[in-house]
Amino acid sequence: MKKDTSHINSLENEAIYIMREVAAQFEKPVLLFSGGKDSITLVRLAVKAFYPAKIPFPLMHIDTGHNFPETIEFRDRLCKELGLELIVRNVQDSIDEGKVKEESGRYASRNMLQTTTLLDALEEFKFDAAIGGARRDEEKARAKERIFSVRDDFGQWDEKNQRPELFDMLNGEIDHGQNVRVFPISNWTELDVWSYIEKENIEIPSIYFAHKRNVFLRDGMIWSAEDDVVYRDENEEVVEKMVRFRTVGDMSCTAAVLSDAVSISKVVEEIRDSTISERGARIDDKRSEAAMEKRKQQGYF
Amino acid sequence: MEVLKIATAGSVDDGKSTLIGRILYDTKSLTTDKLEAIEKTSKQRGYDYLDFSLATDGLVAEREQGITIDVAHIYFSTKKKSYIIADTPGHVEYTRNMVTGASTSQASIILIDARKGVIEQTNRHFFINNLLRIKDVVVAINKMDLVDYSEDVYNKIKADFSELMSKRDYQDQKITFIPVSALKGDNVVNKTEAMPWYKGEALLEHLETLDKADIFNVGTPRFPVQYVIRPKTEDFHDYRGYAGKVYGGDLSVGDDIIVLPSKTRSKIKDIYFYDEKYETASRRSSVTITLENDINVSRGDMIVKENDLPTIDKQFTANVCWMDTDQLTPGGKYIVQHGVNKVLAKVDRINHKINPDYSGFEKDVTGLSINDIASVTFKLNKPIFYDQFKNHRTNGSFILIDPQSNSTVGAGFIQ
Repeated sequence: MKKDTSHINSLENEAIYIMREVAAQFEKPVLLFSGGKDSITLVRLAVKAFYPAKIPFPLMHIDTGHNFPETIEFRDRLCKELGLELIVRNVQDSIDEGKVKEESGRYASRNMLQTTTLLDALEEFKFDAAIGGARRDEEKARAKERIFSVRDDFGQWDEKNQRPELFDMLNGEIDHGQNVRVFPISNWTELDVWSYIEKENIEIPSIYFAHKRNVFLRDGMIWSAEDDVVYRDENEEVVEKMVRFRTVGDMSCTAAVLSDAVSISKVVEEIRDSTISERGARIDDKRSEAAMEKRKQQGYF
Repeated sequence: MEVLKIATAGSVDDGKSTLIGRILYDTKSLTTDKLEAIEKTSKQRGYDYLDFSLATDGLVAEREQGITIDVAHIYFSTKKKSYIIADTPGHVEYTRNMVTGASTSQASIILIDARKGVIEQTNRHFFINNLLRIKDVVVAINKMDLVDYSEDVYNKIKADFSELMSKRDYQDQKITFIPVSALKGDNVVNKTEAMPWYKGEALLEHLETLDKADIFNVGTPRFPVQYVIRPKTEDFHDYRGYAGKVYGGDLSVGDDIIVLPSKTRSKIKDIYFYDEKYETASRRSSVTITLENDINVSRGDMIVKENDLPTIDKQFTANVCWMDTDQLTPGGKYIVQHGVNKVLAKVDRINHKINPDYSGFEKDVTGLSINDIASVTFKLNKPIFYDQFKNHRTNGSFILIDPQSNSTVGAGFIQ
C-alpha cells in the first residue's frame, strides 16, 4: 500500500503535487539549480513526479563564479547522469557588460549581483515559472512566502499584496511579462531535507561532509582560505580545521562550521542537535534585521 | 504521523505570538542565534522579559506596528510529531488571512484573554473554524496568571463560549478548553501546579495525542487528474499515466472506476509511485494511475469509483469568503478553480450575507466587500464534479480568480 504516514512522506507527496502543477499550468518552467542540497532535493522530487517520463523542464544555474569547485563538478555529473538540459548564466558576464558593479572591501560578495543575472536569464528564455528550493523555515521573511509567488515585470516581490493560497489550490494565472517563483519544499525544514537525502540515498557534493580545510576566523565565523574569493587581511591567521558547509552558496558569504560528520547519518544527527540556525552561517543575513526581506523585494530568489 | 498543521488567530494583545514563542522555547526549537536576536531586541526595547513575539512576526511593517498582517508559518517538532503553525491576525480586516490559514490546517487554537473573556474576535475566529469544519479546536484561555489562576474565571469563559457553540452548524467539532499562561509557561508545554483544579492536559500534550481519526474525515475517494504522463520512449511506448493526488479515501488496483465528465468506465490497472507499483493508493498520496482501457483522459478530469459519484452540475451554491477590495456583485464573471479544474463562472445571485457579529443573515445584499462571508449561487459554462463541503473538504471547496487581475479574490465552500 502506498501510504502517507510518516511526515517526510507527506511532505514528499505535497512537493510532487506542486511539481506537477508547475508542468501543467505553465508554458515554460525552469528549475533553478545551485548545486546545493535543496536544489538537489528538488531534482529528485521532479524525477519522481514525472517518472517514467523525463523532467519536462530544463535546469538553470546562475553561476556567481565563486562556487565551490566541488559543486560545479557535481552539477555537471548529475545532469549528465539524468540526461537533463542545463543552462548556465554567469554573474561575471553581467559585471563585464556593466550591468552590475562588483562589491569591494572585506565583506564583498556576489550574492546580491545574482539577481540581475537571474532576471535577465528569465527574460532571455521567456521562462514563466522558476522553481526554487527556498524554505519557509530559513528566515522570517521567507515564512510568509507563497508556494506560487508572483513577480512583476521587474522580478519584484510585493509582500503586502500576495495572493492567498487556500487548500491545495495553486493559482498560476499570470499576465504576459510576469513570472512565478515556485517553492515546492516551502514546508520542509533543514532537518527534513537531510532526512530525505538520507532516506532516498541521494548523492550530494563532498563539501557538505566534514573534511580538513585551511580556514581563518572572523567575527566568530569560519571562512575558507583555500581560494582567493574570500577577502582576508594579512593578520587573519590561516589554520587547518575539520569543517563542513551547511549551505553551499557563494563562497564569499558562506561560512563553514566545525564538524566531525563524515556521513549522511552523522550530518542528520548533527543537525538534530544543532543550536545554530542554518542561515546563522550566512553573513548576507546578518547585514540587518530585514536583510532578506529587502533582497526579496528587489527580485532576489 | 503526518505533519499536523495548526491554525492560530488572535491579536498580539491576546498573547498569541508569546504563546507560539513559548511553545518554541519550551520544546527547545529556538536556535541559539535566534534566541540571541530575541534577547538583544528585547533589551533594546527596555523589556525585563524575553519578547517571544519577536520570533514570529516576520515582516518589517509588522515589527514596526507590533501586529501580524499575513499568514506566517512556524515549524517545530517533537519526538512524536512535526508541527506547522499557520499564524494569522485576528482582526476583522484580516478575515481572509484567517480563512486561508484555516483552510490548510487540521486543528486550531483559539486564544482568549482571561481578563477580557469571549469577545467579537473570539466569535469570528470560532465561526471561521466552524465554517471550515476544523475537527479539533483548542480554546486556550490565556493570561491566567493575571486573574489569580481563578477557576471561576475559567468556568465563566467556558460557559460563554459554549453559548457560541450552540449557534453553529457543525456540531461535531471537538472543543477542548485549556487554561494557560503563555508568559509564565503554565499548561503550554508542561502542566502547571498553579491550577490544581484543572485536571486536563497541557496544550502540547493535547496536540501530541491527536490521531488521524481526530483530524480527518474519511470520505469517498476522488482523483482529479493533474497531468498526463506519456514518456513515448522505447521501454514505455504505450504508457499513459494519470498523475494526481488521491483525496478522501483509498483507491486500489482492480477498482471499477468512471472518468468524469466523459462517464467512460474502466478499471484501475496499476498504481505507481515513482518506479514502484502498489496495490492501494491511500488518501493524500501523489501517485500515477494507469487504466485497463485506452481512453481519453486529460487534466481537469476526475477518476471516481463507479458506485460513488459526485454531483455533476453547471450550478451550485456556496458560502463564499470574499477577499478582494473590488466588490463581488451579481452578474460578475470569475474563474472557478475547483481543485485542478478551471471553469468560467457567473454570479447568479447573492442569497444572503452573514452579519458581521455572526448573529444571523442579512438579505437583499447588492454586493460583497472584502472579508464578507455570504451564500452565493454561481452558474458555470461547463459542469464540475463536486461534493458538499461538509462531506468532502477538498472536493467541496474552490477558489475564485478574477480574470482581469488574475488574483485569487475569494474562497468558497459548496453547500
